[in-house]
Order: sequence, then C-alpha cells, then structure tokens
Amino acid sequence: MTDRKIRFIEEAFFRALMFFSTSTIVLLLLLIVLSIIYKGLPSMSVEMLTQTPKGGFYFGNEGGILNAIAGSLYLSVGATVLAFLIGLPVALYMNVHLIKRQKLVNTIRFFLDLLWGVPSIVYGAFGFTIMVFLGLRTSLLAGIITVTLLIIPIMIRAMDETLKVVPRGLLEASYSLGSTQSEISYRIFFRQCFSGMVTAVLLSFGRAIGDAASVLFTAGFTDHIPTSLNQPAATLPLSIFFQLSSPIPEVQNRAYASALVLTVIILIISILVRFFEKRYHKHKIKF
Amino acid sequence: MNDTTKIAIKDLNLYIGKKHILNNINLDIPDKKITVILGPSGCGKTTLLKSMNRLIDLYPEMKVTGSIMIDNEDILHTRRDITKIRKKMGLLSQRPYPLPMNIFNNIAFGLRISGRHNKHALKQRVEHYLKQANLWEEVKDRLRDPASSLSIGQQQRLCLARGLSVDPEIILADEPTSALDPISSMAIEQKFSELKQNYSVILVTHIIQQAQRLADYVVFMYMGEIIEQGPADEIFQNPKNDITRQYLKGAFN
Repeated sequence: MTDRKIRFIEEAFFRALMFFSTSTIVLLLLLIVLSIIYKGLPSMSVEMLTQTPKGGFYFGNEGGILNAIAGSLYLSVGATVLAFLIGLPVALYMNVHLIKRQKLVNTIRFFLDLLWGVPSIVYGAFGFTIMVFLGLRTSLLAGIITVTLLIIPIMIRAMDETLKVVPRGLLEASYSLGSTQSEISYRIFFRQCFSGMVTAVLLSFGRAIGDAASVLFTAGFTDHIPTSLNQPAATLPLSIFFQLSSPIPEVQNRAYASALVLTVIILIISILVRFFEKRYHKHKIKF
Repeated sequence: MNDTTKIAIKDLNLYIGKKHILNNINLDIPDKKITVILGPSGCGKTTLLKSMNRLIDLYPEMKVTGSIMIDNEDILHTRRDITKIRKKMGLLSQRPYPLPMNIFNNIAFGLRISGRHNKHALKQRVEHYLKQANLWEEVKDRLRDPASSLSIGQQQRLCLARGLSVDPEIILADEPTSALDPISSMAIEQKFSELKQNYSVILVTHIIQQAQRLADYVVFMYMGEIIEQGPADEIFQNPKNDITRQYLKGAFN
C-alpha cells in the first residue's frame, strides 16, 4: 500500500469514529429529553404548576409541585448568587494577584478539581454534621449553604479556566496605565471574560438545581412553600424521587412531568442569561 | 548623571532562574530624545524595557540587581506606590492590546483611574488624545463601537492615545510596528518624531532602517550585553565594535 493510501484510510477511519461517537451522544441525550416529554407531557397540567401537594398527593390524589418548584428556585438561585459572590474574587485573585505564584495557584486548582469530584452526598453529610453541631433543623438556609459549598469549586474553576487564557500582554498593558490590581480584576479581566463567567454561572446553577443528595438532609422536604430561611424547603429532584418511588403509575408519570418542569426551568434560565451575555460579548478582545 | 539624563541604569543584572538575561547594563537615557535599543531577537531588549516600568514584577523567578534611577529615584527598590511609577511611562507593545470596552472608554479608562473628571472635560480629553494619535478623524462617529472592531493599525494608534492619556513622561515602545502594515507603521514612526519634543521615547527594534530614521541615541545590544552606545550619527557612520558593524551590514539577517 502506498503512503497516500494509508493516510487516506487513517483519515476516513478517524472521521467515522468521531462521527459515530458524536451522534451516539447526541442521540442518547435526545432520547432522554424525548422520553421525559413523552411520559411527562400527558400528566402536565396547570394544577401541577400552581398548587402545592394536597393530602394523598403521592397516592394519586390532587395537588401540584409548586412547593418543589419554589423551593428549588429559592435554593439554587440563592446558592448560585452566594457562590458567585465568593467565587469571583477567588478566581480573580488566583489570576491577577497570584500571577507570580504559579505553583500555589496550580495547587489550589488541584484541590478545587478534587472538591469538584466529591459526591454531593458527602456535602450533604458534611452540612448535616454542622447542623447537628449547631443544633439547627433542616431549613432553606442550611440547604443554600450546603449547595453553595457544592457548587463553589465548579464556579471558581470554570471562571479560572477563562481567566487564565487572558494574554499576558493585556495584563501588562493594563499595569502600564497605572491600574491597581483591583481595577485590572473588576474593570478589565471581568469584562474580557464575561462570557466565560456566564458559562460558569450556568454550569453552577444547573448543578445546584439538579442535585438531590446534598439537600436531602439539609433542606429537608415539605409540602409547603417556605416563607422564611428557617423553614424546610422541597426541591424538584427530591420531589421526582418521591413520586417515582410510588407504586401508582399515575404518580410515576407525574414524576416525569416534574422532570419536564426542571428541564424547562434550566432551558429558560440558559436562554435568559445567554441573551444578557450577548450585550457584553462584543467588547471582548480577540487575540 | 547630567541634567539631560532621564533614566540612569547602573550595573543592572537580571536572571531568570540560573539564566543570565541582562549582563551588567550601564546606560544613561537622554531626556526628550528618541533612544533606540537595537539588536537581534532574544538579546534582552524587551526585558530591559520591561524592567524600566517594573513589568518584570509579573514574572516569577526573575531576579534583578543594580539600580534604575528615574528622576533621582531608584524604581527597583522604591517603597513608593508602583502604580505611580508605571503611570510615568506609556507602553506600546509588539501588538496592540486594547481594553475590552468601547473606543471612548479605552481612553477614558486611564483618565478615570488617574483622577476625577466631569463628563464634559472627559470628552474633551479623549478627543485631544485621539487627535494626538491621529485617530480622531477615523473614529469620531463610532466612539461607542468596541475597540476590537478597529483594524490592527488603528488599534495600535488607540493604544498610543491610551498610553498618552495618563500623562506620562516617558514612552516605552517594544517593536511597536512589528504587527503593522507599512502605512500604519509610517504613521506611528511619524508620531514618534513629533512626540520627542515632549516625551523621552525609548524604542526597541530590530529593524536597522527604522533605527536610522528615528534614533537620536542608539544602544546596540547582543546576548544580554550592551555592545556599543552613543549618538545615532556616531554609531551608524562609524561603529567601533565589530559585532555592531556586522549587524548594521545585515549579517544577522
């Protein structure tokens, strides 16, 4: 075989391989979404979205999942805001102030990656231990704090990844103007990396609203909408779990409807945030 | 050090790890003249330039000894706020790095961080500096457009205007035309010959013709050392050192 032929076969083989793996993944994801819609849509009703569970909801009686929708939104928005407020300064500090301490920064990155991989039930157990220690009961606040801890590594590392590719030249140019480190951080680097920050927030929010294990012990579960941070709060993933574990088919189908609600919430937030992002994206300097 | 010296560098040595990058640099840079640092790539020109406004602070493992005196102050060992020292020097780098904001704010940024300005004054200053960099006519109708929408040549002039906006005394230019087309390069070169009336310009380049067009004072560097320095006429007409002579003949290209 000639050299050219081998190269041709090689190219064809790898292209086929990439096409195959890409389409498998896309099809699988599509399948999941479609099965949620297929099974969930028939059980979807206005009642589902506007009512809290009435007595016997989990045995097929009437009611809705408004408690879980509200609880999940309170919890994940709260946790995402908290994680953003804590994570942004950390990510900027790592990439502007600690620019000379690469070894230290890489060590921090290593530990954050480690934390990213810790199962959320461990965070839940950790949160629960602290609650017991402080004598607190399950509450929205405890849930928010636990979920914040869970998503902070994601938030920081996702921001960090976009901040660390800002070219040295931009940093030098900013310093040469006589900027202080905080001016560089918040007025220049933040703007330059705005789209990356948006991705970080979305990624964290997705994790926050979709996680069940960390809130199991900390936020608890309730049929009511929490009216203060001291009250327990229901969440969509747990609500789905309780409905799915019911032996009644009707209730199981409602679980799919709940999953559909969760998916749509994430979709709406994504679209809103991407829309917001576009307004700033045009200022990004491309190198 | 006489009256017309702006920067006096004495026994400057710089190491990265164990590598000796700058070897015993002694140099007096004259005030309100164009000083050209000439030399082949990798000879330490850029590092020398960056040590003057302490950008070397950003690099780990860089060790510096010696002194760099600017207006009788050793900027390597000063306890004064480093941002004030950097503000004295405008930097123009090899390729333009505009800030991620619109054209107006690229200039206004420097003005805002160096003092309070009311809206009207700010507008006037921005216009002034854009005119200084010969950019005003091209951008006056699109000041709210992102800086990234400008061409590379325009971006470099924007960076020049931005550098001037913080009212520096010295302009550090690190091969400022290397990414530009001939026409944009000429615009920058012309600007430099005007700027020397009010600023001390230090220009790093490896282009001999550019040095000949602009230089008042020439420093020739090779392998981290200053081989020869002197008034432009002397160096170009009658170089004393063999390496300088060879470089000027184009032997390094």
